[in-house]
Amino acid sequence: MRYVPSRSSLLMAPALAWLAALMVVPCALVLALAFFRRGIYGGIDYTFTLENFGQVFDPLYAGIFLNSARIAGTATLIAVVIGYAAAYAIAAAPRRWQPVFLFFAVLPFWSNYLIRTYAWIVLLNREGLITQLLRWVGYTGEPPSMLYTEGAVIAGLVYNYLPFVILACYAPLSRLNPELAEASRDLGASAMTTFRRVILPLTVPGIAAGAVFVFVLSIGNFVTPALLGGGRFQMIGNLVYDQFLTANDWPFGAALAMALIAIMLLVLMAQAIAANRASGRIAEAEGNANG
Amino acid sequence: MAERSPATRRMLWLVLSLVFAFLYIPIAVLVALSFNEGGLPTAWSGFSLKWYVSLAGNSAILSAALNTLIVALVSTAIATLLGTLLAIGVEMRRQYGKGLEALIFAPMIIPDIVLAIALLSFFSMLNLTMGLHTIILAHVVFNLAFVCSVVRARLKSFDWSIVEASTDLGASAITTFRRITLPVIAPAVIAGALLAFTLSVDEFIIAFFTAGAGRASTTLPMQIYAMIRFGITPEINALATIVMAVSVTALTLSQRLNRGITGQ
Repeated sequence: MRYVPSRSSLLMAPALAWLAALMVVPCALVLALAFFRRGIYGGIDYTFTLENFGQVFDPLYAGIFLNSARIAGTATLIAVVIGYAAAYAIAAAPRRWQPVFLFFAVLPFWSNYLIRTYAWIVLLNREGLITQLLRWVGYTGEPPSMLYTEGAVIAGLVYNYLPFVILACYAPLSRLNPELAEASRDLGASAMTTFRRVILPLTVPGIAAGAVFVFVLSIGNFVTPALLGGGRFQMIGNLVYDQFLTANDWPFGAALAMALIAIMLLVLMAQAIAANRASGRIAEAEGNANG
Repeated sequence: MAERSPATRRMLWLVLSLVFAFLYIPIAVLVALSFNEGGLPTAWSGFSLKWYVSLAGNSAILSAALNTLIVALVSTAIATLLGTLLAIGVEMRRQYGKGLEALIFAPMIIPDIVLAIALLSFFSMLNLTMGLHTIILAHVVFNLAFVCSVVRARLKSFDWSIVEASTDLGASAITTFRRITLPVIAPAVIAGALLAFTLSVDEFIIAFFTAGAGRASTTLPMQIYAMIRFGITPEINALATIVMAVSVTALTLSQRLNRGITGQ
């Protein structure tokens, strides 16, 4: 049965046809749309143009791209630091507790994204829990404005994507050969040096996978900036949304979406390179440890 | 790992406690408030189920919940069938191209907003009236990819020689599938279906773009989004608690099934 290619093709056909019709063709359509002009009444004027891509680099929109990259980058950095520390602590916990900790670290990730974001509105709004806590400890001034700030958007992104970073970093940390760290210590390296020179380089693939995930999902996000940024902090996702649902400039929206895909592919390539380098290092380290 | 000093161990426990506090306090506050008589975070005025009762009387939420159930059940059924067949088809091949791998992987990593606008453009170009059916068409795209990856993981350790033995002994392809392959992959298929169901129940952006105009095809996440934009109401807290309970239950089940089969 395994050697019958025709049967394999037959089994794959329905799903591949579905993906072709409802993913490949629509995405190709968006790519094509990006090369047309916007019609006078909001429709599409089918004359070829590169204007839409030019417009992406217009200072106004380029600024939003840079802003998105900064917000997504900050969220990624914070999520990786917290996530790595958490994964390290889980990997250092007694063996039988590790799956339990890991399960509960990932559990929030499985609940609705909108609800997890909404929870932060409840915490951060002017009469929210944090203000209540401040009052309770004797603060009497104006309630701090925390919602609808860039910080709120970053907090929401970190909160939503942290579980994945923990998961991604835990995998290489739990597989780490303890003899490598011991050898480093025996040779006189301090704990800090051992971490920096031995543990960290060997766990780069996990960090890279987690970072890419947070960055890619953050930079294209539109729910979190809309809800926690109050629409004041536009990101690429919001821009695409506006072109399709309010400004009615689909060709420009399509060009923005393609730019988003291009950024995503670049980031994925960088990750592949980082992972490749690290896997060479890991093989070498394992070889040295075993040899 | 190497022996740790008590100070290091305390440090690690502190990190764990802080991270878990960060992950769970926001959710816990939401759940607690849903049972608060007054409904506001300003004061605890006693335990009450009145926000849950008021949900039951909210016809917009009930119809959105029904829509979500229809979309999730139908798209899960289609995706489970297609995704499982795809997984078997791929895994029975000795080798497959990178292109095929990328095609199957794409729905899981493509940004939601891109798939959403792509489908919106596609459906409007075809002059298709949008509604629950277009949401279902869209949800199958990513759902089948997730089902496929769960089933494929199971098939990685599958001994294909049993299938050959069964065929050599004269069993038809259908009998072999029903008696050999299906029992082996069944837990993964169910796990994949549960995962797909939850993803569909929670999916907002693609549904929002492919639902068409009008309120008739509003799903629960769309309803929640609209409510959140209007501000905080105690009803959202109650609704959020129910939705979280449903998805966490479904995914815990899915996880258990998956763990059962991989023996981890």
